[in-house]
Amino acid sequence: MKSWLALVKAGDWLVAGLAAIAVALSFPLLWRGGQAERAVIRVDGRIFAEYPLDAPRRIEVPGPLGKTMIEMEPGRARVQSDPGPRQYCVLQGWLARAGAVAICAPNHVSLMLTGQQVSYDSLNY
Amino acid sequence: MSPNTTIALKVTPADRRVARFAAAAIALTVAEAAIPTPLPGIKPGLANIVVLVVLARYGWREAAWVSLLRVVAGSLLVGQFLAPGFFLSLTGALLSLAVLAFSSRLPQRAFGPVSQSVLAAFAHIGGQVLLARLWLVPHDGVFYLVPAFAVFALFFGIINGLIAARLLRENAP
Repeated sequence: MKSWLALVKAGDWLVAGLAAIAVALSFPLLWRGGQAERAVIRVDGRIFAEYPLDAPRRIEVPGPLGKTMIEMEPGRARVQSDPGPRQYCVLQGWLARAGAVAICAPNHVSLMLTGQQVSYDSLNY
Repeated sequence: MSPNTTIALKVTPADRRVARFAAAAIALTVAEAAIPTPLPGIKPGLANIVVLVVLARYGWREAAWVSLLRVVAGSLLVGQFLAPGFFLSLTGALLSLAVLAFSSRLPQRAFGPVSQSVLAAFAHIGGQVLLARLWLVPHDGVFYLVPAFAVFALFFGIINGLIAARLLRENAP
């Protein structure tokens, strides 16, 4: 081990250190994409409400079967409860990426997250 | 010209050296092709050890010969010649040679093979990602892979640099 360390010169430490910092910085810089910023709630395909995901909120959305509860927190949102029979949209849990969609088809309600960049949505992809 | 004329090409010692080192680099490329990788594009790049040794001992010109002969002959042997992988490899090699042309002028007292290796490794992935973005996958999604590539470039860059430094020290002329 010691004999290997002797091969590393002062400038090598500098280069490797700067490279390590660049690598560490590349993660937040390049993997930030897709962060959800807004939640769009639709009823019957028409926009019912749109909120920024910056504060906790609970929204009641009326549909033909009853009330769908949507819960939001900074950076994420979910369908908390829904009167539909199979509960698919509730079981999806928290959505956190731009383009993510939860659809409560029986109650005609959908929750979609959008981000800065318009990317593919998880339905058409 | 009579049919019995023999054309003798003059072979310099430098030519022999380049051929010998290129052969070693090609052997490493072929051996490396057998190693399974988790992500296409992530490879140890062992052949670059040879390039670093040639660079340190015989200068950039011969290192460039070895590197480019390695890319062409290595791709022929693994059946990738003129396939996308060949162009990615070529772009990476050209860009790292360009970086090495500058970094080999850094003061040798402070910057050894490890520096050259790390810088060349980053140039290598930089060239590949750029070509991939411009030509193969014209979408910014390619850049999602950059952090993963960068981690491995740093890791293998340091390892290869250490091996090159050790070889240079143990076989000092």
